[in-house]
Amino acid sequence: MNQGPEQADGLSRRQVMAGAAGAAAAMILTSCGPKSLHEVPKDRLLSLVAEMEKTYKEKLGADIKVGTEPALPGVEFAYALDISRCVGCRRCVYACVEENNQSRDPQIHWIKVLSMEKEKGVDFAHAGAYYDPKEVPEDGHFYVPVACQQCRNAPCTKVCPTGATWTERDGIVVIDYDWCIGCRYCMAACPYGARHFNWTTPGLPTAEINKNTHYIGNRPRPSGVVEKCTFCIQRTRNGRYPACVEVCPAGARKFGNLLDPGSEIRYIIEHKRVLVLKEDLNTLPKFFYFYAT
Amino acid sequence: MSFIHLFSRFTWGSVRLVTRGNRLYWTWIVFLLALIVWGLFAFAEQVRGGLVVTAMRDQVSWAFYIGNFTFLVGVAAAAVILVIPAYVYDWKPIRHIVVYGELLAVSAIVMCLLFVLVDIGRPDRFWHLLPPVGYLNFPDSILAWDVLVLNIYFLVNFLVVTHILYRAFTGRAYEKRLVIPLVLFSIPMAVGIHTVTAFLYNGLAARPYWNASILAPQFLASAFCSGPAILLFLLQLLRHFTRFEIPDEAIWKIAELMAYAMFLNLFLHGAEAFKEYYSGTEHLLYTRYWYQGLGEHRTLVPFAWTAVILNLVSFALFIVPAARRNPVTLNLGCLATYAGVYIEKGMGLIIPGLTPDSLGEIYQYYPTMIELRVAAGIFATGFLLFTLMLKVAVPISLGEFRLNGAPVPLSDPH
Ligand code: SF4
Ligand code: SF4
Repeated sequence: MNQGPEQADGLSRRQVMAGAAGAAAAMILTSCGPKSLHEVPKDRLLSLVAEMEKTYKEKLGADIKVGTEPALPGVEFAYALDISRCVGCRRCVYACVEENNQSRDPQIHWIKVLSMEKEKGVDFAHAGAYYDPKEVPEDGHFYVPVACQQCRNAPCTKVCPTGATWTERDGIVVIDYDWCIGCRYCMAACPYGARHFNWTTPGLPTAEINKNTHYIGNRPRPSGVVEKCTFCIQRTRNGRYPACVEVCPAGARKFGNLLDPGSEIRYIIEHKRVLVLKEDLNTLPKFFYFYAT
Repeated sequence: MSFIHLFSRFTWGSVRLVTRGNRLYWTWIVFLLALIVWGLFAFAEQVRGGLVVTAMRDQVSWAFYIGNFTFLVGVAAAAVILVIPAYVYDWKPIRHIVVYGELLAVSAIVMCLLFVLVDIGRPDRFWHLLPPVGYLNFPDSILAWDVLVLNIYFLVNFLVVTHILYRAFTGRAYEKRLVIPLVLFSIPMAVGIHTVTAFLYNGLAARPYWNASILAPQFLASAFCSGPAILLFLLQLLRHFTRFEIPDEAIWKIAELMAYAMFLNLFLHGAEAFKEYYSGTEHLLYTRYWYQGLGEHRTLVPFAWTAVILNLVSFALFIVPAARRNPVTLNLGCLATYAGVYIEKGMGLIIPGLTPDSLGEIYQYYPTMIELRVAAGIFATGFLLFTLMLKVAVPISLGEFRLNGAPVPLSDPH
């Protein structure tokens, strides 16, 4: 056998190099390396989540539980909002802020309630989110709350250059706050103004933190990344209603499993006059609007 | 002579070239450096405070930075307008100045990438785009395409100029079999970077102002105006400050080409305005915001009309042979073109595209001082890079900076 000089003592230089490169790669992939949460294996997810909890403890001084509940088979979530009942009180807006740890200062609101003129119908060009009358509802107006429409044909996930946002198996469009580079292409692509950017470090007082969180849901976000409604993933994957559904005093908000033929959401879609916003864009929202009366 | 040795001679010689110059040269360099430092301080503030120090908000989530990026993609193609006649028709007067067009392209792309870098919320995560450690959402995301084509275009131009200059330095002719195919390849690439950048906006159904197929051709037309405008300045400067001989004929030819490009640009704008105003759908809002303002929201209107007037003026100056042959009107025309296209791309493309926002809200964007400073810093970086590269490239192509001509005779710009 003809051995080259570099193979003289058992381990070839190439083997050593390959071993070193492998070790380095492994180290990069586990500890300091890419922390993409998209389809991450379960055990790695658990260790990442433990790390997140530790960081939150150090940085925010709160014992935050970061849940990892996966999508359940046979579940596809959908939402329906009764335009004829909504009174425009904006309680959903603030319940959402509290539940989902949105920044208080500057304010981030995942839900925007638009006041529309009855004469004009659903027309964004004549809508306003900053109405401030003594009492709602105002005469001649109706209200259309808008948040992420959880589009089935979502332009936001398509355009993301890093794959930091995607649709989960239960139909929820989520964002990986540790992977998003903050390019805001998704914000330009979303036809519903549903995506919000953390223009600075979110102002979230420790006392007001909701400690029950989810890794692709309401866990506190850093500066420079995008966030949006996740159908309260931390609640709904545990069989609860989203916070906005619970808080709505008019009972205008309905939520459920589209794949369950006996669900309320299916009843509404099958029996009421249902519409989706900007249907001409073919985004196929899973957020429906309807007129119950 | 070993490559290492050659290369160190080259590097050392280049360093000597860029560190020698007259007072004007140093004033220029110090001015650029001062701008860069000023911009860096602003950028540091932005990194510390977050993008909240800009005037961008959720409603207008892209603005001045991305506008500048778009404009500079246009400039980056300037090389091509020279490359096509020089190599395809073997048109001599232009041929030996192609290298400068390519240097300009290299500097413009560097500025483009810097503008993207300062615009993203997490510049520290830039590597998330780079496989294998990161992930590039290709082919779904047009931004992924853009990252690819811009980098390829950068590499091609960089390779061609370094090769040509290095060969000239060592006193050999460049390798035709390498340069010609690469140069030919850079033509579709230049069209490619524009088209892809236009598609970036064009593909968004959420933004009717961008979602018009006229966007890509219009990008190309305006790029063929702004890029050469800069080149024309440059060629005149070169002619003035060095022994470089650039025939008037070449300059006039470029100016003539710009007139046609500007005509096309104006025509496409007119076609778009006709469609919007005549059909008068709800999508007219964005065009109206640009040209007329919406109610009391009129921030952009002066910009819009300044751009239109500048574009018309430059067209008039370039189409009349006597005007483009007169150095004063020629330079006025270049200035008008540059400014017109800069406004049209910088403010006029991005901001009306996002105003009113997708839910009908009007947020009046106007860049903050921080944004202006960061932008100034990036432009200064680009100009500095370009100046330094020219400082080496010009003596090489003049045959003054040569390997065997030791010691390196320095061209003394008077
Ligand atoms: S509403 Fe916007 S953010 Fe939500 S899925 Fe649709 S495009 Fe994406
Ligand atoms: S801002 Fe984040 S989620 Fe949105 S496209 Fe960019 S990287 Fe993706």
